[in-house]
Amino acid sequence: MTRPDREALYRSMRRILTFEEAVRALWQEGRISGEMHLCRGEEALAAGVMAHHREGDAVSCDHRPHGQFVARGVPLVDVLAELLGDERGLCAGRGGHMHLFSRRHLIATTGIVGAPAPLGAGFALALKRLQPAAVAFAYGGDGAANQGLFLETLNLASVWRLPLLLVCKDNGWGVTTWSRDVTAGDQVTRARAFGLVAERVDGMDPIAVWHATERLLAHVRAGRGPALLHARCTRLDGHFLGDRMVRAARDLEEGAEMGRNVVENATARHGGRMRDRLRALARMGKSVVRLKRGLGKKNDPTLQPAGTLGLSDDARGRIDAAVDAEVRAAVAAVAKEAA
Amino acid sequence: MTRRIFEDAIDAAIADAMASDERVVLFGLDVPMLRAGLYARFGEGRVLGAPISEGAYLTAAVGAAMAGLRPVVEIMMVDFMGVALDALLNHAAKLEGFTHGRWRCPLVVRTACGAGYGDGGQHGQTLWGLLAGIPGLTVVAPSTPDDAYGLMASALAHDGPVVLLEHKLLTKNWLEFVGSGGRAGLSFDVPADGHEGEVSGRPVPFGKAVVRRRGDDVTLVSLGVGVHRALAAAELLAAEGISAEVLDLRSVLPLDEGAVLASVRRTGRLLVVDEDYRRFGLSGELAAVVAEHGVAARFARVCTDDTIPFARHLEAAALPSVARVVTEVRRLVDARAPAKRSATAPSAVETAH
Repeated sequence: MTRPDREALYRSMRRILTFEEAVRALWQEGRISGEMHLCRGEEALAAGVMAHHREGDAVSCDHRPHGQFVARGVPLVDVLAELLGDERGLCAGRGGHMHLFSRRHLIATTGIVGAPAPLGAGFALALKRLQPAAVAFAYGGDGAANQGLFLETLNLASVWRLPLLLVCKDNGWGVTTWSRDVTAGDQVTRARAFGLVAERVDGMDPIAVWHATERLLAHVRAGRGPALLHARCTRLDGHFLGDRMVRAARDLEEGAEMGRNVVENATARHGGRMRDRLRALARMGKSVVRLKRGLGKKNDPTLQPAGTLGLSDDARGRIDAAVDAEVRAAVAAVAKEAA
Repeated sequence: MTRRIFEDAIDAAIADAMASDERVVLFGLDVPMLRAGLYARFGEGRVLGAPISEGAYLTAAVGAAMAGLRPVVEIMMVDFMGVALDALLNHAAKLEGFTHGRWRCPLVVRTACGAGYGDGGQHGQTLWGLLAGIPGLTVVAPSTPDDAYGLMASALAHDGPVVLLEHKLLTKNWLEFVGSGGRAGLSFDVPADGHEGEVSGRPVPFGKAVVRRRGDDVTLVSLGVGVHRALAAAELLAAEGISAEVLDLRSVLPLDEGAVLASVRRTGRLLVVDEDYRRFGLSGELAAVVAEHGVAARFARVCTDDTIPFARHLEAAALPSVARVVTEVRRLVDARAPAKRSATAPSAVETAH
């Protein structure tokens, strides 16, 4: 049985983290426009799965794609330039953060929730005919798992025995909705019902993710059909940077403003039954508490014991320094381009 | 009269209808948080959060409307209608035709649309032309808070399916949600008169355009944010001695052909300012209306030609802008210029003679 390369996993997590912190700074300065969905909280999951990517495999990403792009080895400077809308970006500044594409790396992104699954099934179909040893990875969140496109793909991929690994990144939330409130059943049972091989794993632990992915890919690469990996992870920045719910949970003043509007309406005349109103208030309160609980260091996979991968401080320091230098160089190159 | 921001005017119309009619329910993805006020006031049961299952919940809304409810359904952005279009195309829109009007479907779809904040081509489309191409739907896109209230009020009173598109540059919360995200220092070209204004609380009838500015030399027909661009252009053109009339369609379907024809008969020139795609849409439809009625007019259009690019300077160049409108009007009124197709790219912007 093969073993994970701990240093490589650590380096991969670290590259994703450092890259995204650079993106955060650029976004905060207003140099990146629009929505910005960082994958802070998915580093261990992204590194553990993508460690199994082989040349020729395809990757289909959702609106939170940076972890996969960085782990895939797409040049950081190309991605950064794209995020800045620079002509020299990966897509000449036309695509942007939710529409990153690298044909050379066979990795694509869509901002339409659920769509990475059938796109990935299509990648798998093409690979099955054109490159029989290769597989497709398709990512989505727990929110996407309720999309018809996704559920139909479970069936389609199964009956066509496609070489597809579906990865469900379960951070508990679909935008501002607590997923369990709107989800019947669970992802693993659903997938098994369609004949997929499926595993549940702690997405905060890169080694566990690595082993689970290895087991599932053994099945997929052998041509025995698709598989699903369900990995619990976290969402440290809310749905996107500047998420108003996160700001309200952190900032009393902002929270108070939202609270006032809610209280005014909850007590307005000509409304619903008092019992229904109280239920709504309770659910909103619960959402804020859950959201708050999901933030902070204890939910950061890069700060967990598993995230150190048992490496010595020295080994980690060496890798950190190399990664910092790599990302700094990419930012410097892009800053120059944009200037 | 109450002073309101655009989306609050829409919420107020929904609240008024919900308070007076138990059959009105509101649901969609994230609705409990996006419409926290309505959720708190009407509570669970009347306001429902949905999973990201637009195809199922929009088609369920059609069924619910057929069976006696009056649902208001949110599709977060009109771009996402792609995964749910069947509900409108093959069900909501066709019921009245299939039953010879014996069964109708009182459904309101509320959806955000429009670009101008740098979010890329899957989150900035308007698509009202695509939707209005489906007989049986009513499609409206207000440009002011007063019309936002009035059109939503009419939608709620209507017995057929209505899509109301709210432009993200007009809605403070959407722009904050997906544009600024609490950052300072970003600029968005927000039309002040569209973003906030007096709301009369009167319904606005479907298929009734309104003249926003009187003029004699050229008719600018638009809707949504485009109306504000056209008005700004008309102001600049006035300084050059060109008198532009600005007609706000408000409804795409039904289309107020009479108002367009009356104005174009007078001015002899029609410029359509349409943020939706140029080909096979509203702008071409307006040209057809004029031609079908034998009105001789010079015609041009300022639209979105292609997939909206992410980079903000490219996006700004791709969308209908005041500069593009001014350039096209100058061409239209310049008798010496040969009749030509509307300039498709802003690189064609040049100084008039």
